[in-house]
Amino acid sequence: MALERFSGAAEYVLIPTLAVALSLFLFGIFVALFGKNPLDLYFYMYQGAFGSWFSWQNTLTRAAPLILTALCTALPAQLGMVIIGGEGALLVGALSATAAALVMPAAPPVLVQITMAIAGMAGGGLWIALAGSLRHYRGVNETISSLLLVSIALAVLNHLVEGPMRDPTSLNKPSTAAIGAANMIGSIPGTDIHWGLIFGIVAAILAYILIYHTVFGFAARIAGGNIRAAKIVGLPVGRLILITCFLAGAAAGLAGMVEVAAVQGRTNANLAVGYGFTGILVAFLARHNPLAIIPVAILLGGIGASGGLLQRRLGLPDASVLVLQGIIFVTVLASDSLYGRFRFSARKET
Amino acid sequence: MPLDQVSRRRVLQGTAALTLAGTLPLQRAFAKDTVVGFIYVGSRDDYGYNQAHAVGAAALKKLPEIKVIEEEKVPETDAVEKTMESMINLDGATLLFPTSFGYYSPHMVKLANKYPKLRFEHCGGLWGDKDPKNAGSYFGYIDEAQYISGIVAGHMTKSGKLGFVAAKPIPQVLRNINAFAMGARLGNPKATLQVIFTGDWSMPVKEAEATNSLIAQGVDVLTCHVDGPKTVVENASRRGAMVCGYHVNQATLAPNAYLTGAEWNWEELYPRFVKMVVAGESIPNFYRGGLKEGLVKVSPYGRMVSEAARKQADDVKAKLMAGGYAIFQGPLVDNKGKTVIASGTARGQTDPELEKMDYLVEGVIGATS
Repeated sequence: MALERFSGAAEYVLIPTLAVALSLFLFGIFVALFGKNPLDLYFYMYQGAFGSWFSWQNTLTRAAPLILTALCTALPAQLGMVIIGGEGALLVGALSATAAALVMPAAPPVLVQITMAIAGMAGGGLWIALAGSLRHYRGVNETISSLLLVSIALAVLNHLVEGPMRDPTSLNKPSTAAIGAANMIGSIPGTDIHWGLIFGIVAAILAYILIYHTVFGFAARIAGGNIRAAKIVGLPVGRLILITCFLAGAAAGLAGMVEVAAVQGRTNANLAVGYGFTGILVAFLARHNPLAIIPVAILLGGIGASGGLLQRRLGLPDASVLVLQGIIFVTVLASDSLYGRFRFSARKET
Repeated sequence: MPLDQVSRRRVLQGTAALTLAGTLPLQRAFAKDTVVGFIYVGSRDDYGYNQAHAVGAAALKKLPEIKVIEEEKVPETDAVEKTMESMINLDGATLLFPTSFGYYSPHMVKLANKYPKLRFEHCGGLWGDKDPKNAGSYFGYIDEAQYISGIVAGHMTKSGKLGFVAAKPIPQVLRNINAFAMGARLGNPKATLQVIFTGDWSMPVKEAEATNSLIAQGVDVLTCHVDGPKTVVENASRRGAMVCGYHVNQATLAPNAYLTGAEWNWEELYPRFVKMVVAGESIPNFYRGGLKEGLVKVSPYGRMVSEAARKQADDVKAKLMAGGYAIFQGPLVDNKGKTVIASGTARGQTDPELEKMDYLVEGVIGATS
C-alpha cells in the first residue's frame, strides 16, 4: 500500500520530468535543423539559467511574478473554471497599489507597503471576482469574460496613466508619479531577487493548504467535479466561486503590486508584459497544483533567463524560446494520458 | 565534435578571464577585444526603430577588436536589468547600448550605479545632472528629416490631403507630426495633414486600419511614427498611395511608392562613440544632434519625386546643414487657432520648450487627446 502511494506520487514527478526531457530533445532537433549544435544549446541553457549564482538569481527573478499569476488560473481551476485573465488582475492590482501609495505620501514606509499590498490584492481580487460573478449570476463564460477584462484593464490603465494619474513631467513616457524610493520593498537580503518570490512561495503553500486541507477546498473540488451534485448536497456554489475568484485575482494583484513596489516604482505601460499570460502556461503545466507551480515557474524563469544567452551565443532569434515553451506545453499536456499506467504496472509488481 | 568541446571550454575560460578583466581598470579591459552589448525592445528586423539600431550595431562589427553581442525583444522591466548583467557577467561587455526609451529609468540608472566602471549609452536623450556619470543618453532631432519629408510630400500630393499614423500624442511624436505638416505646407500651402493615433508603439492591426481609413478619405501621401512602419508602408503602396518612411529606409518594401523618409543615422554615430571610448575619451553624457551633426538623415528620393520637390527639399536641407535655421518659429498657430510661438520668436532645436510640445499646428486635422 505504501509502495503504491509512493509510485502514485512518483509518477507526478516522473511523467512531467520525462515530458520536459522529451521537449528538450525535440527542441535540440529543431535547433540542429538551423545548423546549431544541440549540445551547445543544452550547455548554454544550463549556463544561462542555473550555471552560476548570478544565473540562478536571474531565473528566480523571472519566476517570481509567474508563481503569483499562475495561482490566478490554478485556484479557479479547482472549481472547473478556466480563468485566463490574470494579466488584467495584475494591471488593476498595480494601479490600485500605486494609487494607495500616492494618496498617503507622508505615511511611514511600512504602512504604505502594507496598504499597497492590500490595495493591490483587493483590486486584482475584485477584477477576477467580476468574471466569477458574471459566470455565476449571468451565465457568462468566465474564460471569455476574464480575457476581455484584460483589454478593459489595459485601457483603464492607459487612460489613467495618460490622463488623470499622469505625472506631468513624464513627457515622452506617460507614467504615474513615483511611489518614492523609501516605499520600495527592495530585494531579499544578500540577493538581487525581489520579495515577490517569497510572496509567491508563501501564497502557493497557502493555496495548497486551502485546497487540499480545508473544508472550503474540499467543497470547491467537489463543485469542480460535479457542480449539480454539489448543489444537491447543499454546497454554497456561488460563494465558492466568488471567494475562489477573489483569491485568484488577489494573487495576480499582488504580483502587480510587487512589480510596482520592487521593480518599476510607478505604473506605466511597461507593466503589461504578459506575466499574466505566461502564468496560464505555468498553471496548466503544474496541472493546477499550487505546490507544483513553484518548480514549473522556476523552469520557465530559467528558460527565459537562458533565452538571452541563446540569442547572443548561438544567434537564435528570440522566438526560439517561444518554440521551446510551446513544445513543452504540448508534450506535458499530451503526457496526461500516461497517468495511471505506471501505477498499474507498479501494482502488478507488488 | 571535438571542435565544439574546445569552443565550449574556451567560452568558459573566456568568461572567467573577462570577469577578471571587469575588475581591472577600464583601460585594461578595453585593451583586448571590447565587448559591446546591444539590447532591443522589439525584433531587430522590424524595418523600424529596432532595425535602425541593429544597423548601427552591424557597423560596429566591422571595426577591429570590437565584439558585438545582441539581444532582442527584451521588455522594459527587470528583465532588461538581468539582460545587461548577463552581458556583463557572462560575456564581459564593458559598453552597453540599451536602446529603448523605457530602459532608462529605473533600470539602466540602477545598473550604471552598480557597475561604475562600465559605460552605459541609452537612446532617448534623458540624461540629467543627477544621473550617474558613466551613463549617457543620446538622441537625434529627427523632426528635421521629417520636415524635409514633408516638403517632398507637399509637392507630390495631388489631393492636398496627407496622412500620419502615430502611436501616442507625446511631445516627441507631436514634434514629428508638426514638422512634417509644416514642411508639407512649404511645398503646398493648402495641404492638410490628417493624424490618427493608434495608442501604442506596435499595433499592426490598428496601423493597417488607420492607413485604410486615411486613404478612403482621399489621402494620397502617408507617413507614420510607430515602431515598425512596415505595415503602413506596404499597405499604403498596395492601395496606390505614396509614402514617406520612418526610422530606416523602407524603399525596398514599396519601390514605386516610397518618396523619401526620415532615418536615424546610428551606423555613423555608434562607430564614433566606440572610437571615443577606445581612445580613452569620454562620450558626452547628453548627446544630441540633427542632420548637421549626422545623427539623422533623409532617404534618397524615389524616382517619381519631381524636380521642384527635390529642389526645395535640397535647399531647405542645405540651410539646416548650415545651421541657424529654425523649423519652429513664430508666428506659429495651432490647429485650434491659438498662438503657440509668438511672432519674432524662433525656437531652435535645443530649445527645451520644444520638449514639452502638446499641440498640433495649423493644417493638422486631429486632436492630442
